[in-house]
Amino acid sequence: MARLLHYAAHPAPSSSQANRAMLRVVRGLEGITQVDLYAEYPRYDIDIAEEQARLLAHDVIVLQFPLFWYSCPALVKEWLDLVWEHGFAYGQGGDKLKGKTLLLAVTTGGPQEAYSAEGYQHFELRTFLTPFEQTARLAQMRFLAPYVFHGALKRDPAAHALGFGTLLGALRDERLDLRAAETTDILTHDTLPLIGIN
Amino acid sequence: MSDFLLLAFLFLAAGVAAVPIATALGLGSVLGYLIAGIALSPVLTLLEVDVVSIQHFAEFGVVMMLFLVGQELEPKRLWELRNRLLGLGGLQVAGTTALVAGACIVFGLDWRISLAIGLILAMSSTAIVLQTLGEKGLMRGDGGQASFSVLLFQDIAVIPILALVPLLAIPGAHHAGEDGHGPSMSLVADIEGWQAALVTAGAIALVIAGGMFLTRPLFRYIAKARLREIFVATALAFVVGIALLMTLVGLSPALGTFLAGVVLANSEYRHELESDIDPFRGLLLGLFFMTVGAAINFALLWDELFLILGLTIAVMAAKALVLLILGFGFGLRGSQKYLFGLGLAQAGEFGFVLTSFAVSNFVLPETMAPTLNLIITLSMMLTPGLFIFYERVIRPRFDRPTDRDDDEITEQHPIIIAGHGRYGGIVNRMLLAAGYRTTVLDHSAGQLDMLRTFGINGFYGDATRPDLLTAAGIGEAKLLIVALDDPDQNEAMVHYVHHNHPHVHMIVRAHDRRHVYRLYQAGARDIIRETFDSSVRAGRSAYEALGMHPFEAERLSRAFVDADRHALYELAQVWDPAIPETENPEYIKLARELMTDIELGASGGAFRERTERGWTPPLPQDTEADRQRQTGQRAADPR
Repeated sequence: MARLLHYAAHPAPSSSQANRAMLRVVRGLEGITQVDLYAEYPRYDIDIAEEQARLLAHDVIVLQFPLFWYSCPALVKEWLDLVWEHGFAYGQGGDKLKGKTLLLAVTTGGPQEAYSAEGYQHFELRTFLTPFEQTARLAQMRFLAPYVFHGALKRDPAAHALGFGTLLGALRDERLDLRAAETTDILTHDTLPLIGIN
Repeated sequence: MSDFLLLAFLFLAAGVAAVPIATALGLGSVLGYLIAGIALSPVLTLLEVDVVSIQHFAEFGVVMMLFLVGQELEPKRLWELRNRLLGLGGLQVAGTTALVAGACIVFGLDWRISLAIGLILAMSSTAIVLQTLGEKGLMRGDGGQASFSVLLFQDIAVIPILALVPLLAIPGAHHAGEDGHGPSMSLVADIEGWQAALVTAGAIALVIAGGMFLTRPLFRYIAKARLREIFVATALAFVVGIALLMTLVGLSPALGTFLAGVVLANSEYRHELESDIDPFRGLLLGLFFMTVGAAINFALLWDELFLILGLTIAVMAAKALVLLILGFGFGLRGSQKYLFGLGLAQAGEFGFVLTSFAVSNFVLPETMAPTLNLIITLSMMLTPGLFIFYERVIRPRFDRPTDRDDDEITEQHPIIIAGHGRYGGIVNRMLLAAGYRTTVLDHSAGQLDMLRTFGINGFYGDATRPDLLTAAGIGEAKLLIVALDDPDQNEAMVHYVHHNHPHVHMIVRAHDRRHVYRLYQAGARDIIRETFDSSVRAGRSAYEALGMHPFEAERLSRAFVDADRHALYELAQVWDPAIPETENPEYIKLARELMTDIELGASGGAFRERTERGWTPPLPQDTEADRQRQTGQRAADPR
C-alpha cells in the first residue's frame, strides 16, 4: 500500500463540473489523504511546517488543478514556492522528497487537438507542464505522465472522473505500471497502464 | 494683599511685554526677561521692593527645572554619562577655579579669597543654558549633551563647595554665627558630624526609596479621583516637599528634586507630572531672570564701568578657554565644541548664592560682593548674545549636511498611542512585536498597572490635553494612534492635532459609521471602525458555516468590505453634521444607490459579479473564437 496525498486546487470549484466530478469520486476512496488547498488556505497563509510534514508522510503526491494560462492556479504556485524550499525539496540537504512520486491531474478548456504544433495552442500540453516536470526532477522524484481531461467545458466528465478513481486506487494499491506511466505522453481514463490488465 | 497683587501684575506684565519681542528678534526668552527686569527696576526701587528676597523665591524655578531634567534622564543613562560628568564637569570646575584663583593671586589677593572667587565664577548658569539649549533645539547634539553634563556636575558640586567655603574663612575674623544666613531651620545644625552625615544619607535614601515605592500608589490613588487640580497640587507638594527635606538636611534642593526626577523617569506618571510642573517652572524662572535684571547696581556699574566690563570679559574668556580645551580633549566635533565653549562661559545663579554665603562666612570682604554680583549678572546678560553669535557666525561655517548625522540622537519615540484599551492595546502589541518603541498614554491607572505587570510601560494622563501630548513628544511624532474610548474625545483630539501638528499621521478609532463622517470632517483620513473587521469575520464564518467554500467566503467578504468602504467614502463627502441623515436628500439618494445590500447580492448583482468574475470559465464560443483567430493568422502568415 502506497501512502497517497491528493491535493485539489480550484479557486471556484462551483464553476468547474469536471473538477467537482473528480472530487466526488476521490471522496469515495479510502486510504487517501485529501486536501482542498483553497479551502485550507483561503487567505494564502500557508502553514509550511504542516505542509512539509504532510509531504514527508506520503509516497505519492497528486496535484489536481485546472490549467489557467498554461500553468497552475496562483495558490498552487504559492504553495510550491513556500513549501518546496531549499534544504527540503532541493539544494543542500534537500532530499526529503527523494524517491516519492508526483502526478498531475489537469483539466483544460481547449480540445486535445489544440495542444499540438498544428493546433491553435501551438505547443504540446507536456511543453506547458515542463516546469512541474523539472521541479520533480530537481527534487529527485518520479514524474508520471499527467492525467488529462481536454475540452473540459464541453464534455461529460463522468468517465474521466471514474478513471481518476481507478488511477488513484491503482497507485494506492501499487497496481500501476509506473515505468509505463513515466514514459507515456499523457494518461487518460482509457489508457491507464494497470498491472495485470492488458 | 494689594501690594502682592501689584507686584504680581508688574512682573507678569513686564514679562508679557518683553519676552515676545525678544523671541521675535531671535534673542531668546532669557534676554527678554532680563530686559524686562531692568526696565522694571526703577519702579521696584520706587516701591521699595526687596528684589533679593523675590529672587530667593524665584530660585525655586531652578529646583523645578532640575526635577524635569531628572525625569528626562533614566538612571541607566546617568550611569552612561558618568565619564563625562566627572571628566568634563570635574575638569571644568577644577580648571576654571585654578585659572581664576591664580589670576586673583597674581593681582595680590589672599589665596583664600582667590580660591573662593574661583569657585564662585566656575559655576555656569543652569537656568539660562538649559532654557536656551531647549528653546533652540541644541540639547540633543553633542555640545548640548556635554554642556548638560557639566551643568549637572556643577549642581552636584555646589554641595561640597558649600561645605568647603567656611573653612576658607580668614583667621581672626569671627566665625559665622546665627546671623540669619543659611537655612533658617535645620535638622543637622546642632548634632555631631557623623550624625549629620547619617541624617543626610537617610534623607537621600528616603527620596530615592519614596520615589520608587511610594509615588506610584499615591499617584494612582489621586488619579482615581479624576480631579486635575488635585493631581497638580500633589505634584507641587511632592516637589516642594523634597526641596524642603533637602534644605532641612543642608543639601541643595535642586539636587534632591533632580534625584526624585531620575527615580520617576520610568514612571507612568512622568508625562503628567511634566505637564503639571512645567508652567510653574517657566513662570518662576522668568521671575528669576527678571529679578537678576532688576538687581543690577547701575550706580556701581557707571562708576567703574571699564573695570567691571573688563573683568567680566576676562572671566568669560578664561571660562571659554578652559571649556574649549576640554572640548578638544573630549573629542567634540565641529561646531559643537564652540557651542560648549561659548554656551557655558557665563557665571551662574549659584554664583549669587555662593557669594552671599562666602560673605556671611567672612571669607569675602563685604565690599567685594556687589562687584562680583555685577560681573555674574553681566556675563549672564551677554550669554544670549554668545548663543546668537554661535548660531549666526560659527555654526554656518561648520554646518555641512553631514554634520547632522554626527548628532547623538537621544531616545525618541515617534509613535504615540492615545488610549491603551481593547483597541489601542492591540495596536501597541503589534508595534512592539515588530520592534517599534511606543509612548502609551492612558487615563486609567488600573489599566496602566495591569500593563506594568506584563512589562509594558505607559504614561498616566488625559491624552486629549494638548500639553500632555506635547510632553509625550507630539512635536516630533511620526504617528499617532487615536484610540480613546470616548468618540467625542477622539474627535476633539483629531481636530487639535490636525490643525496644530499637520505632519503627524493619525490612525483613528471610529465608533460607528456616523463617527467616521465626523472624524473625516475633523481632518482624519486613516479611520478604522472599531468593530467592523471583527463583524466582517463573523459574517465570513457564517458563510462558511452555511457550507460556502472557504475561498469563496473569503472573496465574498472582501468584496463586501470594498463595497462598504466605497459607500462610506462617498457618503462622507455628502454627509452634513448640521442635517440628520434622514433629512439630507443628497445623502439618502446616494445611500440608496450604494448600500442596498440585498440588491448587491442578488444574482447578477454587482456584488456577486465582482467576486465571480475572475473564475467564470470561458464559453465554447470563446474557445472557438480563439481557434479561428489563431488558425486564420497562420493561414495569412506567408511563412
